[in-house]
Amino acid sequence: MLGLNGKDFRLFLIVCVMALAAPILLNPFPVDGALAQFNAGYPALMQAFAIFGILAIGFNILFGLTGYLSFGHAAFLGAGSYAAVWMYKLFNYNVIFAIPASIIVAGLLSVLIGYVSLRRSGIYFSILTLAFAQMMYAIAYSDLLGRFFGTPITNGETGLQVYNSDPQFLLAEGGLAEPHLFTLNLNNLTKIQFGGWEFTFEVGYYLCAIFLILSFYLSIRIFRSPFGMMLRAVKSNQNRMNYTGLDSKPYMLAAFVISGLYAGLAGGLMAAMDPLTGGERMFWTASGEIVLMSILGGAGTLIGPVLGAGAIKYMEKIVSALNDNILHGWFAWMPDGMENVAVAILHPFVGKGWHLTLGSVFMLVVIFLPGGIVEGGQRIGRLFGRKGATQTPTDATTTPAE
Amino acid sequence: MDAIIIQILNGLDKGSAYALIALGLTLIFGTLGVVNFAHGALFLVGAFVAVTTQRLLKISYEVVDESKKDFLGNPLVVDTPYVHGWFGQATGDAIIDWAVPLSIILAIPVMLFIGFAMERGLIKHFYKRPHADQILVTFGLAIVIGEIVKAFYGANPIQTPAPSALRSTVDFGVWLGYEPNSILYPAWRLVYFFFSAIVIAAVFAFLQFTTFGMVVRAGMADRETVGLLGINIDKRFTIMFGIAAAVAGLAGVMYTPILSPHYNIGMDFLVLSFVVVVVGGMGSLPGAVLAGFMLGILQSFASMNEVKAIIPGIDQIIIYLIAIIVLLTRPRGLMGRKGVMED
Repeated sequence: MLGLNGKDFRLFLIVCVMALAAPILLNPFPVDGALAQFNAGYPALMQAFAIFGILAIGFNILFGLTGYLSFGHAAFLGAGSYAAVWMYKLFNYNVIFAIPASIIVAGLLSVLIGYVSLRRSGIYFSILTLAFAQMMYAIAYSDLLGRFFGTPITNGETGLQVYNSDPQFLLAEGGLAEPHLFTLNLNNLTKIQFGGWEFTFEVGYYLCAIFLILSFYLSIRIFRSPFGMMLRAVKSNQNRMNYTGLDSKPYMLAAFVISGLYAGLAGGLMAAMDPLTGGERMFWTASGEIVLMSILGGAGTLIGPVLGAGAIKYMEKIVSALNDNILHGWFAWMPDGMENVAVAILHPFVGKGWHLTLGSVFMLVVIFLPGGIVEGGQRIGRLFGRKGATQTPTDATTTPAE
Repeated sequence: MDAIIIQILNGLDKGSAYALIALGLTLIFGTLGVVNFAHGALFLVGAFVAVTTQRLLKISYEVVDESKKDFLGNPLVVDTPYVHGWFGQATGDAIIDWAVPLSIILAIPVMLFIGFAMERGLIKHFYKRPHADQILVTFGLAIVIGEIVKAFYGANPIQTPAPSALRSTVDFGVWLGYEPNSILYPAWRLVYFFFSAIVIAAVFAFLQFTTFGMVVRAGMADRETVGLLGINIDKRFTIMFGIAAAVAGLAGVMYTPILSPHYNIGMDFLVLSFVVVVVGGMGSLPGAVLAGFMLGILQSFASMNEVKAIIPGIDQIIIYLIAIIVLLTRPRGLMGRKGVMED
């Protein structure tokens, strides 16, 4: 169906259901319950799941298939965001202008960066992309372009946002001053009460979810296409591929640009959810976060990066909301001395120290579980599954990672 | 002319830091073939060894001073550092004042130990894994080290002053025959430059003139053959990792008076040091040092107002721009050897 074989179609269906029913699935606990803090079904977080999911899917097409580790993907994300906000400034708040513009701008930038960076491979490629991204960050953060043109382009440290004095040629008198899709306000939301539960359905999230589903579908098609096979060939042995007379350059560039387009889309969606942007979106730690997501979920698998993005964003929200009082509550059953010791041990990992948790988990994953969450799921599946049952990467979708 | 000299001097201290970190990175890469993303974290640890030393030296006990009275006429309680009790007032103050240079004594064993522990405990297991995995695990380690430092010392920069004797400026112009006060240069930066020159010279001398260094160089050229000759090359490479860590740590210790250390300082330097290594040529020690100083000085030239007037903001991007140009015209870097990381 849809050009997918049975297994892929099932996976695709699962992703569709998960994306569309996320407001319900991610809110399994009643609002007043003790576990309500573990709910993830509110719009801002779900948007982050979807947007970073798209980003990670795109990154995975480059890194997962070809093994080229780009440390500068955030540059495309930032470029997409800037393009989208400029569309708001020039035309109006309709995302029908903003999102295509962000994709196009990020695509053009990735052609440029990819053409240069792909002349080298391995560690050189990583450092070249890193250098380019840092350069883009410096350009955006000190508004170099603006100094050339005499008018703010990226607006430096302040960040780019829409002002009343902007032209906004297509903004009708009294038109909607928030991102919208043909006057459908993306911030509109419907809350549905159901017993003790409350589910929030937001237009903006559904826009992201639809793009996530489209992105995921496209990524399956790329993975299963002859083009995808070529990229895998690059990963397994680029030299041998070249010796057989196949020029890997165009394939690599195409993969790089595709993943750049994905990042641009994600950047555009970020700007659609919140119509402002800043240079820090391009900083190299942002690129590092994309890498973390893909690896944590499982690079080279279809669903892995989405799971990784979800896991990191969820962990960020949960872990940074914890504090010592909550920890004391958890360990109240221990004797006093032990309780204090346990809290003292966990203290640096929670709240502001959530990056420590992230770094530690990431290290453990790279050391012990190079295949990420997906491999973990496979191992668990193999443990409980029937002996001799063949497991494929796609089976790991059943792990409740989000 | 003096403007040019000022810019060269200004570039020296940053250039020295780049050169030291890049030297360590290259040592690790040349010996073990590992791309160490945690090298900036070693610089960071060095900087915080200096902070810790300073705090340790200032640990005080309370003494009731009968000679001083507060406004009620009671004897004052004065905090007295232990070093005062041990060495007397004047020597104690001098020791506290010279905390940063003194912390080198502490930093060398600490950094060697951390280096050994890192190599034996973690990186050893990654030799057979792809380069991407090595990058990723050391990147994770860098995050963890940075966050641990943040948990202990907070997120704010910590002032770590240089000894008061070296806080003044040096009238550099007089030495070169210019008017007095035409070229003023902070004394500590000059100290930093000479310090790093000595460290770099020591590392080169160690590799060039000792038997140990000879074996290491042989191992860098052909690890397998050295191993077949019955030499335990792994052990020597571990020691080289420790030395590389110590070099980065010393760079961090001495840099603290120039830039107050905070938990992200390692990452900031790491990215630039990578660029330095790549420009210098992967695996080439002289290349790393040369590129470190070159990029540091170019960066300071680019931040001249006259240059910025022509190309605004060039100081922000010049290093990356040069890296891109060098990599595209000389893919092996300025002094890269054939056969190192070519794929």
